[in-house]
Amino acid sequence: MAIREVLGLYRDLDSAVAAADALREAGFSRNEFEVLSNAPYPEGTFGEESGIHRLFVFPLIGAACGFAAGLLITGGTQLSYPLVTGGKPLLSIPPMIIIMYEGTMLGALIFTVLGVLFESRLPWIGRALYDSRITQGYIGILVRTAPEREARAIEALRKANPEDILTEGGKTGQQPARG
Amino acid sequence: MQERHRLGEEEITRELLRPLVTTTPMMWVGFIGLGAVLAIFVFAVSWMFYWGLGVTGLQRPNMWGFMIVNFVFWIGISHAGVMISAILRLTQAEWRRPVTRAAEVMTIFSLMTAMLHPVIHTGRPWRTLYWVFPYDFWRNLWPDVRGPLVWDPSAILTYLTGSTLFLYTTMIPDMALARDRTIGWRKVLYTILALGWRGNERQWKMQTIAGFLLSGLILPVFVSVHSIVSWDFAVSLVPTWHATVFAPYFVIGAIHSGVSAVVTLMALMRWLFRFDHYIRLEHFDAIGRLLIAVGTGWLWFFLLDIFFAIYPQEARELEIMDFRLFQWPFNVLTALIFIFGYFIPVPIWIFQRFRRNVKIMFWTSILVNVGMWAERYWLIKPGLMRKYEWTFDWNWYRPSIVEISIVLGSFALVGFLLLVFSKIFPPISVWEEKEGQHFAQQLQVGKRVVNAIVREF
Repeated sequence: MAIREVLGLYRDLDSAVAAADALREAGFSRNEFEVLSNAPYPEGTFGEESGIHRLFVFPLIGAACGFAAGLLITGGTQLSYPLVTGGKPLLSIPPMIIIMYEGTMLGALIFTVLGVLFESRLPWIGRALYDSRITQGYIGILVRTAPEREARAIEALRKANPEDILTEGGKTGQQPARG
Repeated sequence: MQERHRLGEEEITRELLRPLVTTTPMMWVGFIGLGAVLAIFVFAVSWMFYWGLGVTGLQRPNMWGFMIVNFVFWIGISHAGVMISAILRLTQAEWRRPVTRAAEVMTIFSLMTAMLHPVIHTGRPWRTLYWVFPYDFWRNLWPDVRGPLVWDPSAILTYLTGSTLFLYTTMIPDMALARDRTIGWRKVLYTILALGWRGNERQWKMQTIAGFLLSGLILPVFVSVHSIVSWDFAVSLVPTWHATVFAPYFVIGAIHSGVSAVVTLMALMRWLFRFDHYIRLEHFDAIGRLLIAVGTGWLWFFLLDIFFAIYPQEARELEIMDFRLFQWPFNVLTALIFIFGYFIPVPIWIFQRFRRNVKIMFWTSILVNVGMWAERYWLIKPGLMRKYEWTFDWNWYRPSIVEISIVLGSFALVGFLLLVFSKIFPPISVWEEKEGQHFAQQLQVGKRVVNAIVREF
């Protein structure tokens, strides 16, 4: 099913919050619109958003991989060239722990960053409505909805006195809020 | 924080991106001055590569000299950056915002500079790297994992990778900001680095969680790194090196020198970039209080190291500890470490009016690092000079002009890289400053209105 995007740009927080409320009143669920800003706001400012993610799994997987790599390097290199030094055991556990520890942490760190990128949907190379004024401090409300509801979304966004409304077809321009 | 100025979004952006677009005369002086010292550094290293290690003061038994001392020093400096950033993020300390980015960058450049030293110290680094990297699978011969010289690079590389990823992750929103405001090569660079960041709620949420998660993960690594660096010395049998207290002692020493270096950096950023609205006196006050605790902790371990050497009453340990504490020139060095590392700065930091004086904080932080560099030398050299039991094996270490140039050049290298970074990337996190403004509130308490901060858990 085709999805249409509408982006409302607001100069201040109050207008953006009003737009989010207007969208909800017009029957749009929280999953159908997202708020774009240049810095985070306290959670719940724009209403509850779906926050399901699996970021916490990534470091665990990374740690397991890093541990395995550390074990392989330390154990494998000692066993593949079995040279006894100073009558010590071939597999010297304490130094292996050091390398395995570093491997575990390295794996966890790398996978955490990969997880952050994955869960943030980055790198983003798809097409989506965006406006550089968002990084200047404007707040964007991006609605993704069915084509037949696009007009209703624009109407709801206009209620909160937007600076601009952008659609996939181009600008619809700022409209004064209706009483 | 109580002294926060209410600044507009545009004002914050313009002020924090200013170093990227304007180069003040002081910055030019910095570039030229540091560049000149850096040129001497490059010449000294090239000279050493050409003529060999004979141009240094290294000789038997002093096979580790200024370069290894400097390596330990820079590893130490690298510690505070991520420590400050990670601990302050985890505890949601509000005063972290202007400090974290510069501290993280300093960690990375210090680590890179530190890593350079053991490599160039071998005299023929291309041969060293040939034998150790990458692992030679073909001949089935491997570096021995029982040796601390394998643990050391594994720890440092983990820390460097983790710190770089940590820094990059927190920089993505600022890359998007720069992407939307630049043209030409800068726009291409920032577009690539921003990865298509749009700033939706999910992305901000991931940023926040990433800050906590990466902080939690990098802290154990930071503790492990200097512990492992200390084992380069402590697992040997050289008198006064062979001490169990070395790992925590090195870590606390690293924090002492590193946090002081952050103070130096904060003062320089305030002067160079005129970031008075962001790096405020309350930040110096807070970090000064932290330094009192860290400095006193370091003093405790400094004394413990001496105590542990004396307590077993082993003749060799006592002999070398006597050499370190009471014989020229190490007696002077001991006094200098005490005075510069603790007895001048810490009593000064006790007074709030001094903690809120940028010049005093700057100079005391420099003093600490002079003391801490001397401490590294004091820890490493005396034991090595008297490593063997027979007096005909004893020898003095006299650093050559080449080694002195390398040490001075390493400071220029870190400074130069920091300046270059601040010309390409915002030295203070713009989005975190704006977040601080978003989270700042005014709270009615009785008839008064006081400043407050929204804190999320």
